[in-house]
Amino acid sequence: MIDTVALAMLGGSLRVSTPFLFVSLGECLTEKAGRINLGNEGVLVLGAMVAYATSYETGNPWAGIAAAAIAGLLLGGLHGAICSLTRVNDVAMGIALMLAGTGTAFFFGKPYVQPSAPLLPGIPLGFWSDSPQLRNALNVCPLFFLGLLAAFVMHWGFRSTRMGLRIRIVGDSQDAALALGLPINRTRLFATAAGSALAGIGGAFLSLYYPGSWNEGLSSGQGLMAVALVVFARWNPINCIYASLLFGAAGALGPSLQTVGVTWGYYLFYAAPYVVTLTVLILTARGGTALRGMPGQLSIGR
Amino acid sequence: MRPNDSKSAGTSRRAVLAGMTATAATALASNQALAKDLVVGFIYVGAKDDYGYNQAHAEAAAILKKMPGVKVVEEEKVPETDDVSKTMESMIKLDGASLVFPTSFGYFDPYMLKMAAKYPKVEFRHCGGLWQKDKHPANTGSYFGYIGMGQYLNGIAAAHATKSKKLGFIAAKPIPQVLININSFALGAKSVDPSITTKVIFTGEWSMPVKEAEATNSLADQGIDVVTCHVDGPKVIMETAERRGIFACGYHADQAKLAPKGYLTGAEWNWITVYKQFIADAQAGKPLPNFVRGGLTDKFVKMSPYGPGLNAAGRKAVDAAKAEILKGGFAVFKGPLKDNKGNIVVPAGKSYPETAVELESQNYLVEGVLGSIS
Repeated sequence: MIDTVALAMLGGSLRVSTPFLFVSLGECLTEKAGRINLGNEGVLVLGAMVAYATSYETGNPWAGIAAAAIAGLLLGGLHGAICSLTRVNDVAMGIALMLAGTGTAFFFGKPYVQPSAPLLPGIPLGFWSDSPQLRNALNVCPLFFLGLLAAFVMHWGFRSTRMGLRIRIVGDSQDAALALGLPINRTRLFATAAGSALAGIGGAFLSLYYPGSWNEGLSSGQGLMAVALVVFARWNPINCIYASLLFGAAGALGPSLQTVGVTWGYYLFYAAPYVVTLTVLILTARGGTALRGMPGQLSIGR
Repeated sequence: MRPNDSKSAGTSRRAVLAGMTATAATALASNQALAKDLVVGFIYVGAKDDYGYNQAHAEAAAILKKMPGVKVVEEEKVPETDDVSKTMESMIKLDGASLVFPTSFGYFDPYMLKMAAKYPKVEFRHCGGLWQKDKHPANTGSYFGYIGMGQYLNGIAAAHATKSKKLGFIAAKPIPQVLININSFALGAKSVDPSITTKVIFTGEWSMPVKEAEATNSLADQGIDVVTCHVDGPKVIMETAERRGIFACGYHADQAKLAPKGYLTGAEWNWITVYKQFIADAQAGKPLPNFVRGGLTDKFVKMSPYGPGLNAAGRKAVDAAKAEILKGGFAVFKGPLKDNKGNIVVPAGKSYPETAVELESQNYLVEGVLGSIS
């Protein structure tokens, strides 16, 4: 029974975590440059819809992913551009963008609710096992690995490249960036657009892999949760991986406990991801270090 | 042509159009030209192409659109808030609707009741509400169908398809209507083979695609080889079941297209029967009935055509059970019946047909269902 639940949580974490991973990485990039983009929920939904529509029209799911990334890039670019104007509040703008993104997706997504688009193939990493459960759990989407790769590249980029350093300076201290003559608005525009492109790919995963269809309730707030996961991950791309996996595994707990016969308190188990997040936050937040790692220019911190 | 290319007036577009027509003089003329048509308003809580509850209503509305003398106006994704009052009001004032069908449970009280008091000449018929003569206005009413028999037939089909003798049911919330469906499904399966069990998973929400997919996956991992459900949009469940290579029974609407290999049959609403009745009465100038209920025998509910997953024996068994039901007076819940904790819930010698009020407060899962409602 324990191993069944463990297997379900393994499978769940691999299946459910990818959109969280992409959105949290994108948000991490944006916030490192000193901006918050709550609009990534809208980007996630729009990405899902654009990816599904493109895959249906072209017959190629990879084209769908590219289209989702471009849609994210444009929407993120809009956020970045508008927030470059003086006295524009990025939190308020993000909420507007979230509504605009989901609204646009619902409007143009109508004709694509019914048809079935070609989906992304999974990589059968469980081929060596003869247990169908394990095989299914280990059937992993290529996007998951792309997400892992993106996390490592970002981690390395922030630490070891000139561009990463510039993003961090702009995000940590506007004064320092001004003194160095760095293009603050341009850097933030880039970081926001690129971050939303990642979030768009996260949306493509939802519609093209798991659960693998386009409908209007698809995201149900996952984009917003991913934004919160960035705080949980302390603005560290590698931690974003752990946070997403943990969140995915905790999310699989509810259904799998019910299948093995633990039938009481399913509402409680459905709250598990949030309880786990809270617990880890409390455990890691020791006095004075609560917002360790937070970029200095974030409007919530100023 | 894609199913929804033609006309899918969403909230925003509708509001914009309404604003424009209100000021345009030409609109008045065209409204009057159509004044003889009976204008019928449909309000859906979700998307009308959700392969589920809302689609079942919208399919009936689409048939009405083709009837002469009837003009259908619809609005989808209307929340169960004051928004629905505004929708009803705009349908009545701008489109001239004289008959309104708010199809979601939460529209009834207070929104529809308030509108009914404000527009006493307009008829309101609500899907699922409990209309009471002494409590509610005469220009309101409610209709609903008994779909439990459909799930009973689903259960018989599932019993003929399963090899592991383990079935799965993905349910949203443990309310009586859902429990009746779960129990009917399990009893249908047990009528074929008493050793068959039905594992139930509650997702806690009416529409949660990722959770529903997870539930389907974890059922499949447990060796369950037929699933059915009671959620608002069964699309994701059907698709996930098909991908896992297990069988599925549909619910709400026909989902055969989503699971071309594994679809057995499905319990569907057949709302057109109800709507045609109401509209015929309205066109004839007769008073509309206030309280309408019906099941398979009344054609309020129908079964999907059999899918390739169901063998000849299964088809025959479902046909036979259906013929028995159509004779009338059939009861799925008959004593002695135990719940899954061992308590007697229907004493020996007693039986509850689908119309029995005792069923409306059902709060147990029958023997053979693995799960619990709390």
